[in-house]
Amino acid sequence: MGVALTRSAQWTAAGYGTRTLEITPLNEVILKEIMMFVESFIYKHPQEAKYVFVEPLEWKTNLDPSAFESGYIVSETTVKSEEVDKDGQPLLFLSVPHIKIRSLGQLSRLLLIAKDRKLKEAQACIEANRDPVTKILGLDYNTVKEDTSTVNILDKITKDEDPESEIKMKVGMLLKQLDLHLLNHSLKHISLQICLNPTTVKNDIELLKHFSGKGEQTVLESIDYTSDYEFSNGCRAPPWRQIHGEICYVLVKPHDVETLCVTCSAEGVFLNGGKTEDEGEINYERKSEIYKDLVTFLKEKSAKFSENMSKQDIRFTEEWKKENEEPKEIPKKEEADALPKAFLASSKNILEKNQINFGKTQMTKRLEPSLNWKATVDFKEHKSLLRDTQEEKHGGRLERAGPPVSPGRAQLVRKSAEKIEEILSDSSSENEEDEEPPDHRQEANADLPSEYWQIQKLVKYLKGGNQTATVIALCSMKDFNLAQETCQLAIRDVGGLEVLINLLDTDEVKCKIGSLKILKEISHNPQIRRNIVDLGGLPIMVNILDSPHKSLKCLAAETIANVAKFRRARRAVRHHGGITKLVALLDCAQSSAEPAQSSLYDARDVEVARCGALALWSCSKSYANKEAIRKAGGIPLLAHLLKTSHENMLIPVVGTLQECASEENYRAAIKAERIIENLVKNLNSENEQLQEHCAMAIYQCAEDKETRDLVRLHGGLKPLASLLNNTDNKERLAAVTGAIWKCSISKENVTKFREYKAIETLVGLLTDQPEEVLVNVVGALGECCQEYENRVLVRKCGGIQPLVNLLVGINQTLLVNVTKAVGACAVEPESMMIIDRLDGVRLLWSLLKNPHPDVKASAAWALCPCIQNAKDAGEMVRCFVGGLELIVNLLKSDNKEVLASVCAAITNIAKDQENLAVITDHGVVPLLSKLANTNNDKLRRHLAEAISRCCMWGRNRVAFGEYKAVAPLVRYLKSNDANVHRATAQALYQLSEDADNCITMHENGAVKLLLGMVGSPDQDLQEAAAGCISNIRRLALATEKARYT
Amino acid sequence: MDQKTMKKLVESISNTVKNFKKSEVECLIRLFHSLVERANVRLNNFGLDRNAFRAILHSVFGMTDDMLMNRVFFAFDKDNDNCINAKEWVKGLSVFLRGTFEEKLKFCFEVYYLNGDGYISQEEIFDMLKNSLHQQSSEEETDEGIKELVDITLKKMDYDNDGKISFADFEKAVKKDKLLLEVFGPCLPEAKVECQQLKLVKGTF
Repeated sequence: MGVALTRSAQWTAAGYGTRTLEITPLNEVILKEIMMFVESFIYKHPQEAKYVFVEPLEWKTNLDPSAFESGYIVSETTVKSEEVDKDGQPLLFLSVPHIKIRSLGQLSRLLLIAKDRKLKEAQACIEANRDPVTKILGLDYNTVKEDTSTVNILDKITKDEDPESEIKMKVGMLLKQLDLHLLNHSLKHISLQICLNPTTVKNDIELLKHFSGKGEQTVLESIDYTSDYEFSNGCRAPPWRQIHGEICYVLVKPHDVETLCVTCSAEGVFLNGGKTEDEGEINYERKSEIYKDLVTFLKEKSAKFSENMSKQDIRFTEEWKKENEEPKEIPKKEEADALPKAFLASSKNILEKNQINFGKTQMTKRLEPSLNWKATVDFKEHKSLLRDTQEEKHGGRLERAGPPVSPGRAQLVRKSAEKIEEILSDSSSENEEDEEPPDHRQEANADLPSEYWQIQKLVKYLKGGNQTATVIALCSMKDFNLAQETCQLAIRDVGGLEVLINLLDTDEVKCKIGSLKILKEISHNPQIRRNIVDLGGLPIMVNILDSPHKSLKCLAAETIANVAKFRRARRAVRHHGGITKLVALLDCAQSSAEPAQSSLYDARDVEVARCGALALWSCSKSYANKEAIRKAGGIPLLAHLLKTSHENMLIPVVGTLQECASEENYRAAIKAERIIENLVKNLNSENEQLQEHCAMAIYQCAEDKETRDLVRLHGGLKPLASLLNNTDNKERLAAVTGAIWKCSISKENVTKFREYKAIETLVGLLTDQPEEVLVNVVGALGECCQEYENRVLVRKCGGIQPLVNLLVGINQTLLVNVTKAVGACAVEPESMMIIDRLDGVRLLWSLLKNPHPDVKASAAWALCPCIQNAKDAGEMVRCFVGGLELIVNLLKSDNKEVLASVCAAITNIAKDQENLAVITDHGVVPLLSKLANTNNDKLRRHLAEAISRCCMWGRNRVAFGEYKAVAPLVRYLKSNDANVHRATAQALYQLSEDADNCITMHENGAVKLLLGMVGSPDQDLQEAAAGCISNIRRLALATEKARYT
Repeated sequence: MDQKTMKKLVESISNTVKNFKKSEVECLIRLFHSLVERANVRLNNFGLDRNAFRAILHSVFGMTDDMLMNRVFFAFDKDNDNCINAKEWVKGLSVFLRGTFEEKLKFCFEVYYLNGDGYISQEEIFDMLKNSLHQQSSEEETDEGIKELVDITLKKMDYDNDGKISFADFEKAVKKDKLLLEVFGPCLPEAKVECQQLKLVKGTF
């Protein structure tokens, strides 16, 4: 009772002394239970009812002395019970309004007397006696209860033999039981209570929305309400459904499952019947269990969701740890919300163990599920914080001389908020400068360089001078070595950045130019970039892009190009409409008729376009910006600029295109705008950087077959091949080999490369190159080796040894490519001999243990030709200790590609009888059978082949039937893939040697399907189908014969 | 003014000023006359005196600094008769509106050096910059600040370290950084105004 009272009863928080029980349904239930217990006590346990409490229970009663009847000595203001203890004291003593009771029997009677007022009495009693158990049993029992289990109490009691303690013990036990009972009861009650409300549901959905979208990183593909209308109570369900507690309906599309139509109701979250297609009505019927919230529901339904969610969790936690100032209050609230849930989950097993000291230990656990919600909450808070600080900045800008902003807290806070938001909107391009550099300010007065003081003086003139003085100060500031970090930081630390940015907001062209010239230089420093963004410099610069002064536009664009090297800046540029303006700058170059006499400070149109391209190049590292550039019509303009011959112009243009080509839309547009032609043309340029970017762009675009053909048609393969010979510039080499790799996916291109002797060169690049180059070189060789001539060429050039050597690497992409290339080489028996001699097969085999599924699959594929072509393959395979077990166990993978490749490898392994026996022992049959229910045609094909091979041993045929692999196989015949048909027919033919299998096949309608396949042009298929039918038919005849004889 | 003298005047001016077409020159002369008439009651005087010119600089070209406007007047007034005649007007405007970089460079230098010795001296710089700082707490402090500013300028522009700026110094510095063209105060029309004026010359008159 004690624990139930202290833990689950809901007390008002009025402090000590006058605390009362809140009138809640839960409390009422508890009280009623206690009353029932007490009332029946006198009958159920007459012996224990006489037990005298250590201390009386005292409270103020509302009962009138007149209410007491027989068994009591009643006077006007007092009542004494006739029942007395050993010392003759009455067990019940009432002196209006105070009442003292010292036995459960008396309590029992009192409640009977109180009749309809008993609830009040019980409440008053419990309110006045916060710890009734202590009073009843004494302090020692209570403390025992706090830290150990009941066993201790038993121990303690059995030690002293006296009968009174025995009763005491029994009372103790009974109370304990009541306590448990109460807890259980309140649990039931609480569990009824976890109800979601519209706000929590909305928050959940909003949060999930933030992390939804395309790409691998996101938790969901999409999540949307079915209805846009929100009622004033926050619900979206129609009113007649709100009666049932339903809040809203959501369409969720996880990565790995079909769209789920989900009902969020007050009771929890469940799957409904879905949207009917014709009317768009929702079938409200519940189709799944009820989950406590959306996240739990989705974790259950989508593996991908829970995987990515846990990643996000980690990210959040990291974010969380970074910040030391926690907004304490809000998480607490969340904790409190999570409490009943966790309570429910945790207390069950506690009750089982009869341990009642939850709370302490559970507290820590309870925190875990709410971690991600913490992040949500503070994310929101940060956003508002961010807004605040920005407003401050805007205000601050008006007075020219602001104090240097301390980039401490606010910045930190902002960073993390931004990060969370941008995680998804940014494409994960390499070389992202994202880690925040430590913000080291120069220590005050500690060996400051002389520049510092000089710059401080100049900033003073910037602040306090008129236009003339300002220009002079700006010009002389430019004389400092602005590329030097001390100067850059000095400008910032003396408050120069604010002034420089303020100057951009004035009307003075000369001041703006001077200021931008300095900003352009110092923004090479990552810290300064961030400071500029923090001070709101980007929107102003974006506005300057509209200026009629070309040189101003140029400078602004160049500065933006420097600043927009990190996500937040890029986003700011986009949000202030910068992308459209930058794209508009590109247009300048098209009006070629320039006025002869332009203003004094003006630059040329081409220069403007160049600067625009430069800025776009920086911006194009964000996914959303790529999209914005495209929408602003940037691609045709870039295509136009690509026709010029200025290297300065071409590099940023090609750079932008190369960056953007990671997007499908762009690749299509690049094709449409005939950009490939110009890219190829520029491969022949003298400039290495330009060559690199062109090759990179081709690498990105050549995923597409048409593009690969275009590269060839425009004569791009030759320059690529010749660029291979220059290996000094590794970046360029990586780009060029990448382009060659992707181009060599087309056979015609491979032929060309052979003509240009590129393959020999590629083999030469297999050693002493950085990984980025190796990945591409090996990838290219893997493609080339699909052809016989090239395989011979690679062998003759001595390419096999370095390839096999690369099998021990750790780079996953590289391993995938190397295994593929080695596999391609192994098709040639002569090459296979070399691979075998170099122990390549064992290396491949050990890659099956690689954690990355792509590597596993690729290694398994590569093993197939190895086993096929090795001399004495069976013996070789057996030599690998534990190798067969390893590969059989890979059948438990859940990656389809891995499964298909392993099936293919098993098909080859099983060609050797002894090995087949071994893998059978390792349980290959049940594992293969388990995979039979798949829709993946690639897997089906190789699985059927593997099954057909494995039938050749012992009673495997029968076993496949027993493991129910036959019926699904029959269904494969309905697939559209001829390869699947052939493999399946062969497998069925093998299986049909067993009578039971024949029956299963017949039952599943195999005969009709097979009959159709007998007419196929594919001979193997014909033969297998016919053989299978004949087996089935023979069985039928035999049964008939048996029946009639 | 009758057609003949006008034509003659246009002819003679066009010979020396290459930046304007004849029709433009004619427009400018007409503009000059209307300005003279408006400003000058003494009709016999064929020119703009200092005050009238300053008023024009202020209203048309948006200049504000009195001292610099005086200096611009002297730069326009080639024959030093304290009065700008039609020829000087057209010539001055040709630099103002259509001047090449070199012409403007020369013009600015002329505005900035006054005493005719071909150098801008330290004192002259101080004079020109003395209003360039917002009033600080005390005059002394402001003076100190301006002195330092002068030092900074000299350090930047005085390449031959003789404590004054020669035309060669000036040219070198400005060529290195065009922003320094009007280093000691605005003496050319602002870019914005310039555009408007060009239109003015082409069309309206």
